[in-house]
Amino acid sequence: MVIESAGALTTVQDLGRRGYANRGIQENGACDKFSSRIANKLAGNREDAAVLEMTLKGDCIRFTSEAVIALAGADMQPTINGRRIPMYHPVAVESGAVLNAGTAVFGLRTYLAVRGGIHVPVVLGSRSTGLKCRMGGYEGRALRCGDVLEIGNEADSGMTGTDGSGGINGSGRAAAGDCGSEGCVKALLPSCGVRLAGGKQYPQLRVVPGPQQEAFTEKGLLTFTGEIYHLTAQCDRMGCKLEGPVIETFHGSDIISDGIVEGSIQVSSDGQPIVMLADHQTTGGYAKIGTLIRADVPRMAQMRPGDAVSFCFVTAGEAVLAARAMERQFDL
Amino acid sequence: MRAGKWLHPAGPVCQIKPVGDQALLAIFGNRIDESVNEAVIALEQQVRAAGIAGVLETVPSYGSLLICYDPIRTDYETLTPYIRRLADRLQTGQQKQGRLVEIPVCYGGIYGEDLPFVASHAGISEQEVIALHSGRNYRIFMLGFLPGFPYLGGLDARLAAPRLKSPRSRIPAGSVGIGGEQTGIYPMDSPGGWQLIGRTPLSLYRPDSGDAEGGIPYEAGDWIRFVPISQEEFQSIKEKQEGR
Repeated sequence: MVIESAGALTTVQDLGRRGYANRGIQENGACDKFSSRIANKLAGNREDAAVLEMTLKGDCIRFTSEAVIALAGADMQPTINGRRIPMYHPVAVESGAVLNAGTAVFGLRTYLAVRGGIHVPVVLGSRSTGLKCRMGGYEGRALRCGDVLEIGNEADSGMTGTDGSGGINGSGRAAAGDCGSEGCVKALLPSCGVRLAGGKQYPQLRVVPGPQQEAFTEKGLLTFTGEIYHLTAQCDRMGCKLEGPVIETFHGSDIISDGIVEGSIQVSSDGQPIVMLADHQTTGGYAKIGTLIRADVPRMAQMRPGDAVSFCFVTAGEAVLAARAMERQFDL
Repeated sequence: MRAGKWLHPAGPVCQIKPVGDQALLAIFGNRIDESVNEAVIALEQQVRAAGIAGVLETVPSYGSLLICYDPIRTDYETLTPYIRRLADRLQTGQQKQGRLVEIPVCYGGIYGEDLPFVASHAGISEQEVIALHSGRNYRIFMLGFLPGFPYLGGLDARLAAPRLKSPRSRIPAGSVGIGGEQTGIYPMDSPGGWQLIGRTPLSLYRPDSGDAEGGIPYEAGDWIRFVPISQEEFQSIKEKQEGR
């Protein structure tokens, strides 16, 4: 595979690098692991095979051999040799064909899986790119024009043929409470709850309170769950900085640094929340008002600067049930 | 209550809180205190040794241990009593002693251009700064910020120095610096605002080395001692390492 023109930010990612956070080494991996896993399933891969994560604007890629691909996540209206191909469907690609991944019409991140997986060296247990630490993936960086990628052998051994995909419970997915009313394209993104406010619909993401809940006043906690927040331009693979009504603290939001997970919601000294994504630092010094539940991280990862979002508190037990319900969609 | 036998001075006090549905936080104290951190490290060792089903990794910090789990395999309700039992039974002498890791440092000159400032700020000579900085063992409370970046305790109060007003856009890997009352090492090139007093020729972070720890030679709970070396020794260690 040759990158003929590079997208806005395309990196090689798998399900991340676990077990090194105690050394300060970041997790990395796909921001929307729900979509990356679906793309792999559809392409006939193991769920943890390496894929390309494309952001907002995708790449043009020339295939130098036959391949089977699948795209999931934000709909970029991809084409092959100028002809539209479907998202969420395995597609056979001829040698010499050019995939133009396109530009996202809704959502932010699109995952391209190629049967066999993207072959890059495994670094500390993962093929994921760590941009900040310039490690893993393709030379530890985003893809550029002219880069040549090899296809690996991580196809799921049980799979054969273009349509032999193990599949994903697509119907269950589309049926789950879709955000807003923008039709089927929207339904293909990870689903989430909805809040009605002022005659409008807003995505409502679930958060387990804490672990520094006590740093916030009751008013602050009510602000966080009651108000609408917007994503600022400061959004990347590390996290999304939000903007909205100031969340009140008792004595500021500085804490003695402790561990951070994907989904941790820090409140910075200006009272604004920051939702951490796959490239989060391993530790941080801002109080965390809550943690986005695993089932809702993919939805957050598909939001763009300017998008509105709201939050509600759930218990850790409810969050685990939601994580398992999401997981069942992969059990086919 | 067998007071005094417990590792943690206030007795077996460990508060456990959920961190979403993928982790929990075992909190021993919200302060920078060696005995609190010892309890954190001791619990980490216990959790790792126990090999609990579904536990993916542990992240120690100054006063708490983050324990990450797979919510498909286990959950907060299942893990909490187990972790609490381990935490309540932590006793002195139970934990593995931290290692002492020597870090050779060439102080001053091109490797530590802020050494003159730190000396004049402290009102002592550069030689005295080097003697004070290298003449003690520093506890590694935690790693974070960058791969292998150690948060060290025990800097001599005389060496405390303000951070730069405008941070440098690139601090070379191996740089040893002072920021406020903290000292540390940058394991990789990074922007940063600390006063640079020296540099180690050791590569402290080598993700491609094939080494299971990413080439990072220490972990939280270990100790670091800086050993002054000459420019010639710096070069020879550097060459030896690159020629491996």
